[in-house]
Amino acid sequence: MSLVTDPNLSDADGFYADLLAAHRELSEAESAALNARLVLILANHVGDRAVLAEALRLARVG
Amino acid sequence: MPYDYTPYPYVAPPGLSAPEARKPVVIVGAGPIGLAMAIELANHGVPSVVLDDNDVVSVGSRAICWSKRSIEIFDRLGIGDRSMEKGVTWTVGRTFHRDKEVFNFDLLPETSYKRPAFINLQQYYVEEYLIDRAQEIDLIDLRFKNRVAGVTQDVNGARVQIDTPDGRYVLEADYVLACDGAKSPVRDMLGLDFEGVVFEERFLIADIEMEGDFPSERWFWFEPPFHTGQSALLHKQPDNIYRIDLQLGWEADPEEERKPENVIPRIEKVVGHSQFRLDWVSVYTFQCRRLAKFVHDRVIFVGDSAHLVSPFGARGGNGGLQDVDALGWRLAAVLRGKAKPEVLERFDLERQHGADENILNSSRATRFMTPAPGAERMFRDEVLRLAGSLPFARTLVNSGRLSVPCVYPLEGPDTEALPAMSRPGSVAPDAPLGARWLIDRLGGRMIVLAIGCDIGPVDGAEVLQLEPTREIRARYLGEADHAIYLIRPDQVVAGRWTMPDPAWVSATIKDIWEGRA
Repeated sequence: MSLVTDPNLSDADGFYADLLAAHRELSEAESAALNARLVLILANHVGDRAVLAEALRLARVG
Repeated sequence: MPYDYTPYPYVAPPGLSAPEARKPVVIVGAGPIGLAMAIELANHGVPSVVLDDNDVVSVGSRAICWSKRSIEIFDRLGIGDRSMEKGVTWTVGRTFHRDKEVFNFDLLPETSYKRPAFINLQQYYVEEYLIDRAQEIDLIDLRFKNRVAGVTQDVNGARVQIDTPDGRYVLEADYVLACDGAKSPVRDMLGLDFEGVVFEERFLIADIEMEGDFPSERWFWFEPPFHTGQSALLHKQPDNIYRIDLQLGWEADPEEERKPENVIPRIEKVVGHSQFRLDWVSVYTFQCRRLAKFVHDRVIFVGDSAHLVSPFGARGGNGGLQDVDALGWRLAAVLRGKAKPEVLERFDLERQHGADENILNSSRATRFMTPAPGAERMFRDEVLRLAGSLPFARTLVNSGRLSVPCVYPLEGPDTEALPAMSRPGSVAPDAPLGARWLIDRLGGRMIVLAIGCDIGPVDGAEVLQLEPTREIRARYLGEADHAIYLIRPDQVVAGRWTMPDPAWVSATIKDIWEGRA
């Protein structure tokens, strides 16, 4: 399995709105902590070390 | 009762009055590693002189957690039963965050092994038992109050200068084994330095004696209610002694923290009362570092002198015993002329691999326990927070991954048909043999296991025929009907085949003695 970088979200705009909503009214520190939890939860769902390594690389490059 | 530190007698060595005959092996340091080394070599018929600058066993409990593998090694050294009888057996570890348990592990849920996952036993008892055993063996010459002042070497051997209460003398040796611990003077004498990371963290470590009903388990707390924002570890030892480790932070002043008036209130908070006696206190920092290589011609580094890890994971003492195990049979064979000196390079490679695995695991645990400010700290805290409710996050909680022997990177003959747990490089898994144990039949020499088949005589090894019982099938055969295993003198699997052919096995044995495998 390799990292999916083509469109894969069933409702991209809807997800983006949910992501922003999850952060609403949080301080910067609380937002950062939420993001950390989100990364951990999603990483576990992905599971595959190679896919995660590729995702980390892409995120780091920005 | 506090441990009775009776000094061992100093005897003026013969070398003070006349030069002594050259020794095959001089061991520097009579800690657990040096003593184990001497006994292991004696088991292979090699005499040694053991030098120690002191005359008592370890002050304080120091190394307390001895792994299943170490107890198997203790068995071959002759102190297994005694250690088991005294030690506190445990297999379960629990990790708490604040006042809630977030994670637990059972290191050896199966019971069909001779030895348990761990025993807790103070280092001073292990040293006492090893000294008792060493003193029964004529091949071991144990010299207390003999401080090594200098080591030099050339292609033929090493010279050791030794200071005693009666003056200085010299020993010449084929090999010097530096088992002189973390601060290894021999390492300094050779001008060698460590490579790796020093962690900026301080821990207070205390042994207390108390009547308690804590279970025989390892308990670790992140941010416990009794020690705000830090971490703590509790271990039960024999004699109603409990080990408590408390994280102090880098700013803590070690001299201040060591004072009983500062230690006692902290301990009172942990145990909830003051009905205890303080037995020993130390403040330590830790490092995850090693020498680039352990074999330096005629001087070989074994144990903490070669590599250091943080204590979370019990990888210091246990790792050192695995060094002893990997070195003894090889050095004995080199000294007897049975093996080429190249086999010592195999020792070096295998134990560097082991040290790297221990350093990796203990660095990761240390990182988790003492995260750097910023992202590191945030991920740590959020893992702990999630661990309360989400099972996956518990696997990320790291309070130390406990010592298991590494699988050596051997390119021994292998076949995919057989189970992964007994692949070449692994310690041969134990299994019941009627009322006895397989592990007790292995070690000391090359053994061929013929499981569910015949192989006939094999050059250079003893053949042991095994019936495939349920455990032997699970650990050695998998789906196969039969198999041949070659087990090294250190009980490590060297090769395995599903076709019984004595010529293949003999070829592998030859590779081992010639340093190619």
